[in-house]
Amino acid sequence: MLPNISRSQVKDSHRFSAFGQLLLIGIALAYLFVILLIPAAAVFYHAFHKGIGEFLVAISTREFIHAVQLTLIIAAIAVPVNTFFGLCAAWVIARNQFRGRTLLMSIIDLPFAISPVVAGLMIVLLYGRSGWFASWLNSINFKIVFALPGMVLATAFVTLPFVAREVIPVLEEMGTEQEEAARTLGASDWEVFWRVTLPNIRWGLLYGVLLTNARAMGEFGAVSVVSGNIAGLTQTLPLFVEQAYKNYQSQAAFAAAALLALLAVVTLILKEILERRTKYRKVDSGLPIN
Amino acid sequence: MSIVVDNISKQFGSFKALDRVSLEVREGTLVALLGPSGSGKSTLLRVIAGLESPDVGTILIDGRNTTHLNVRKRNVGFVFQHYALFKHLTVRQNVAFGLEIRKHPRRQVKDRVEELLDLVHLRGLGDRYPSQLSGGQRQRVALARSLATRPQVLLLDEPFGALDSKVRKELRAWLRHLHEEVRVTSIIVTHDQEEAMEVADEIVVMNQGRIEQVGTPTQIYDHPATPFVMSFIGPVNVLPNTARLFHDNGLEPLNEEVFVRPHDIHVQTSANGVKATAIVQRIIHLGGEIQVALALTDGQTILANFSREQFDKLKLTYGQQVFVKPKAAKSFPLPKSLL
Amino acid sequence: MIDQLRVQQPLTKASRKGINSVSLPWSITISYLALMLFLPAAALIAKSVTVGPVDFWRIATSQVALSAYNVTFLTALLAASVNGLMGTLIAWVLVRYKFPGRKLVDAVVDLPFALPTSVAGLVLATVYSEEGWIGQLFAPLGIKIAFTRLGVLVAMIFISLPFVVRTLQPVLQEMEKEIEEAAWSLGASQFQTFRRVLLPPLLPSIFTGLALGFSRAVGEYGSVVIVSSNIPFKDLIAPVLIYQRLEEFDYAGATVIGTVLLFTSLILLLLINSLQRWGSRYAA
Repeated sequence: MLPNISRSQVKDSHRFSAFGQLLLIGIALAYLFVILLIPAAAVFYHAFHKGIGEFLVAISTREFIHAVQLTLIIAAIAVPVNTFFGLCAAWVIARNQFRGRTLLMSIIDLPFAISPVVAGLMIVLLYGRSGWFASWLNSINFKIVFALPGMVLATAFVTLPFVAREVIPVLEEMGTEQEEAARTLGASDWEVFWRVTLPNIRWGLLYGVLLTNARAMGEFGAVSVVSGNIAGLTQTLPLFVEQAYKNYQSQAAFAAAALLALLAVVTLILKEILERRTKYRKVDSGLPIN
Repeated sequence: MSIVVDNISKQFGSFKALDRVSLEVREGTLVALLGPSGSGKSTLLRVIAGLESPDVGTILIDGRNTTHLNVRKRNVGFVFQHYALFKHLTVRQNVAFGLEIRKHPRRQVKDRVEELLDLVHLRGLGDRYPSQLSGGQRQRVALARSLATRPQVLLLDEPFGALDSKVRKELRAWLRHLHEEVRVTSIIVTHDQEEAMEVADEIVVMNQGRIEQVGTPTQIYDHPATPFVMSFIGPVNVLPNTARLFHDNGLEPLNEEVFVRPHDIHVQTSANGVKATAIVQRIIHLGGEIQVALALTDGQTILANFSREQFDKLKLTYGQQVFVKPKAAKSFPLPKSLL
Repeated sequence: MIDQLRVQQPLTKASRKGINSVSLPWSITISYLALMLFLPAAALIAKSVTVGPVDFWRIATSQVALSAYNVTFLTALLAASVNGLMGTLIAWVLVRYKFPGRKLVDAVVDLPFALPTSVAGLVLATVYSEEGWIGQLFAPLGIKIAFTRLGVLVAMIFISLPFVVRTLQPVLQEMEKEIEEAAWSLGASQFQTFRRVLLPPLLPSIFTGLALGFSRAVGEYGSVVIVSSNIPFKDLIAPVLIYQRLEEFDYAGATVIGTVLLFTSLILLLLINSLQRWGSRYAA
């Protein structure tokens, strides 16, 4: 009697799940459609609905081109600097056992937890006109806030954790045996790094660089605080989007938005490819702490 | 090249991995470091390689003090348990690594690599990546890689530990053969006594960071120097000297602990002068041998091993009463402090 | 035992022997963190100290600030909760069910991470405006979304969507299907199985994802500043308030609110850390 009951229940639950499955999939897809896909589609619709001509006009203004250039310059400085730092930090954490190791990891993750506006505020308080270094910066006639250096600093701040976070687990997974083997075969520290460590962590590193770059080119809040947002001077592409929208230049705003959205799509595609390379699905892209 | 380890100690936190260890390995021999995990054998090997630096003590390789010499300058071949092959390089590139680091001419590297691939019977697999090889093949690549630079000494850290037992046996025989061909002074770390016995000229038994005994396989097995060696090498029954196995047979061992190998237990089905009795508890067929568990009258259980022939003669059955006596027994002097 | 020793040995060794080879990456890491993190944080704290405790309290608890906290935290909590529920559902569907386009949907979940926030703000303000694709559906009912608190909520839901999904996915993937089948074979219904067997081990991850999403929503600026009308006591959030204070060169005002937000983030970080420790308590 007893086995009979439980068997029929098992069967029931299977029948329920066949029906419920469709329901759950339907709800999930509908939610994602409304929250993510409609807005994503709207970006491209509004950028192109007046035709490609209007789009091309919008992206060939002087302000637009300057914004693109500035965005690229900032990323070109912040990304390599943070990549270098990230590699050092990852090595320190993954290859050494010391007290405060987890604390150091949390500290590196801090920029993800801090509001970008607060990050920008800190930089203003430090280098702004009433900041700690104000008189010294004045005396050497070097401007950080409302100028390129401040924007690079703000960008580097918000993208600081990415590379270290991606490289630490890969280094840990790699282990130390290959490096030891290389040393017994006569390789110097430098040769070990270039010939053994780097090739082993390259996909994880690229993944981190990819995320750093996406965030660096897209950062708005922190850069907005320190930039002064002067068109043609300290305006990056994300800032251009807001400015154009506020000025009712909706075509220009959406043209810039479409370009940035394209960057996002390319990032997601590359991310997918790299995830397949590293063969593990990762939880991250902006999550504080692992 | 000879290796001399002189009074080496090494501590990890509060754990004493090596405690004043001294050892001499003669040129051209193959020595096994044998011991349970945590006995310090791997640490000793890593200290010799230069992958760990000792807290105190000296290492001499070929009479030269290498204690503080960087690993990369020591010219030792090291083979890791999990192979440690460079995953991003092909078999050929792995083997060539050490030669390229030393900036040997391209032509010479190529010839040497082919020579080594022949030596380890992997000629056709040079262009494969490590992930495309079986465990046994990987370990042979690792060996070829470590031999490529003609190291002064070859150090193997549990080289067959990650392989299944069949492959392990094949590789052991092959390693022995290889050593006869190449004749480089070698130290192999293992926790498998059978492996040590089969491969090594000399065995160093280690326990808790110290060396218990150094000797040839036969010496170690037949004349164990300490209770630890006795019980670590081969199966053994450990009995108190008050056991009825001795007492009933009129034996009175002096030391408290007495060691009797299972094949040194004599069993007969009728008394004939043997006074200790036991009941057959379990009969286990181990292929060529048969092991019988015997319950003595004082509650002790001992194991006895028989050849198939002996066993067939005895015709033992479960619950049968038999008469037992030790053919040989060994005991060790107690540590002085206890006397 | 062997493995433990093996892992432990090289690490201990590296830290001990390599004093000279270790120091370069070490000093780079520490100095960079000092320059990029500690120094700016010190500037913020020092500035708020010079404000003085009395003024600090007055500014931190002024009416406009209190209302901004209210909008920020309550809306962020609501957004995180919505995604706690929907994120769990999405993670479940993505891990457990096979359907055409699953891979694509999985990749799309990361869109809010990849899309610059000003783009999100722009498009949400457009889509949810009274003439927008979605906004026009609500307009006849008298519901305005863009430029109201509802707009803030929509933006926060958008940017915090991936967190629960991405924290839950690996946990779900590791959960064996047999656990569920074992519960069925013991006579549990579908609902009982979910509530008593599946949900408990998932809860820590759900809460971790929820807290991460909340933390992100609290600090969010770019999308909200565009989709909201930024009117005090209506839909003004704390980060925008900081920005407005800075524009008025009221550094003290900005610093005080900024310090409040900074410490909120730190407390959230501690909470998330302990949630993760709670989540790994059954880990082998």
